[in-house]
Amino acid sequence: MFDMTPNILRNFFHKSSTRLYPKETRQAFGNARGELYNEIEACIFCRTCARKCPSQCITVDTKEATWQCDPFVCVYCGVCVENCPKKCLHQKNDYRKPVTDKEIIFMKGETKKKKCEGDPQET
Amino acid sequence: MKEVISTTKGTVVSKTVDMKKDGYRFVTMSCVELDADTVDILYHFDRDLHLKHLRLTIQKKEAVPSVSLVYFAAFLVENEIQDQFGIRFDGLVLDYERTLYLEKEAPDAPYCRISVSRDVKSGED
Amino acid sequence: MARTIIPFGPQHQVFPEPIHLKLVLEDEIVKEVVPALGYVHRGLEMLADVRDFHQMIQICERVCGICSTIHAQCYCQGIEELMGIEIPDRARFLRVIWAEIHRVQSHLLWLGLFADAFGFESLFMQCWKIREKIMDINEATGGNRVNPSINIIGGVKRDMNPDMAQWVLTQLDLVEKEVNHLEKVLLNDYTVKKRTVGKGVLTREKAMELGAVGPTLRGSGVEQDIRQIGYAAYGELAHRPVVGIDGDAYSRNRVRFLETLQAIALVREAVSKLPAGDISVKVKGKPEGEVVTRVEQPRGELMYYIKGNGGKNLDRLRIRTPTFANIPPLLSMLPGIELADVPVIVLSIDPCISCTER
Repeated sequence: MFDMTPNILRNFFHKSSTRLYPKETRQAFGNARGELYNEIEACIFCRTCARKCPSQCITVDTKEATWQCDPFVCVYCGVCVENCPKKCLHQKNDYRKPVTDKEIIFMKGETKKKKCEGDPQET
Repeated sequence: MKEVISTTKGTVVSKTVDMKKDGYRFVTMSCVELDADTVDILYHFDRDLHLKHLRLTIQKKEAVPSVSLVYFAAFLVENEIQDQFGIRFDGLVLDYERTLYLEKEAPDAPYCRISVSRDVKSGED
Repeated sequence: MARTIIPFGPQHQVFPEPIHLKLVLEDEIVKEVVPALGYVHRGLEMLADVRDFHQMIQICERVCGICSTIHAQCYCQGIEELMGIEIPDRARFLRVIWAEIHRVQSHLLWLGLFADAFGFESLFMQCWKIREKIMDINEATGGNRVNPSINIIGGVKRDMNPDMAQWVLTQLDLVEKEVNHLEKVLLNDYTVKKRTVGKGVLTREKAMELGAVGPTLRGSGVEQDIRQIGYAAYGELAHRPVVGIDGDAYSRNRVRFLETLQAIALVREAVSKLPAGDISVKVKGKPEGEVVTRVEQPRGELMYYIKGNGGKNLDRLRIRTPTFANIPPLLSMLPGIELADVPVIVLSIDPCISCTER
């Protein structure tokens, strides 16, 4: 009849299962895939990330040397990071903080002087 | 896909009845568009973890005899195919009249490539 | 008394997702049920036309949030069969580990929702509290909480080093201990029994005829589980389906509870047998031909039909999810029961509506 009671009592004498969130946060796991960022200085604007992205949240303009990402479309799968030929895309372990307005990450780099030899072809 | 048996419109129901007599469980049906006019309808059956398939190739305009009287479970997937490919099934036990997923104003066959591109073109004109 | 039609859903307190049931009642007794779907239809299958077959992995994962890894696994398995790729042994075992971790997560979620369906709020909270540990395991090993995205065509993306595997096992020990505390409640408690025993009976014959799958089928006494085929590494692990006898809501509850413990045991066994070696092979070429592939999801048999034409987009991708197969059996369970029991019966098939409509 009172099968749940031992569980309830155990919870009663146990420390809280939840955190007081903004005050107290859990440390991110080392393997977690969080916020995406681009080291724009190293980027060669080859568009591999834009092509490989399953949610197509990245737009790259090779001529203008711009890199854009819509963080609200991104699914944080990490495919772009794995395929980046220059390894300039990274993911933090922490998630993006919630915001009140939609925004697009816009980055402008410098057009590379010499033409990078052969954009990595799609396999 | 190893065991695929071809059928025609006339024999599909009787072959399904044979399957049921042999103790097969109805898994599902798949509709595959082949070209502008024809589609393949695949019937998947399972017995003791062993799959068997029936293949029916038909014209899009033709009505297909429903197997939902043999396997009641088929009514849901047949309604789904009606919605997605615009193919009619005759003798459905429960016919949603193409409103299972779609609204009334939806295109005729949203899962057919050819009809979709035609709609887009006429929209631009 | 005259017949009354009660619209049940699409928004109802017990439904996690929208499904609409038209219930024809006589007094309090359900006489007839007509389901209406289409509230979360997304047309994901058609995305195969615009995304290439590598990108489809992430899309398949999002067919269902609760069993995402297993969807991706099924899809990758199908493409690998089409392209004739043999994946490394280590990848096969890692896929089993992640799939079973996912099964624990899904079953705990369901046990909670089921308790919630008959108003056992504290049990619901308790189940979800335990589940949180599994989500942490997902994040620490796979990278994300819900869609770990570890399956790729040709193997898996991430490896599990011995330290990590040990940590997973310790966490699972804690989970198992807590799940065991709930055994008495879920299987013996007065409230649970009163609301579930003898409700929504699905006989063995009916279950086979209507094409029930997964715990719904096994709860009716049929010993059938796609894992018996031995896909991935299941052939090398000791696994026997959990079977109920009565075919009522209680029996399905019991099957799922025991499967949770079995899944934990399977993870342990898979970790102990984890072979060394590569985790993926290089993939060249494009898929061509057609294939039907199946895996066992927490809710039952999942079937993918894939047709490739040698290009980078697939010709057709058809997904048959377990809930889709479990709706006709549900329609046969409902007539003859009281209106107040409808939520419990509907929940007892573990409905996943966004899976169903894709």
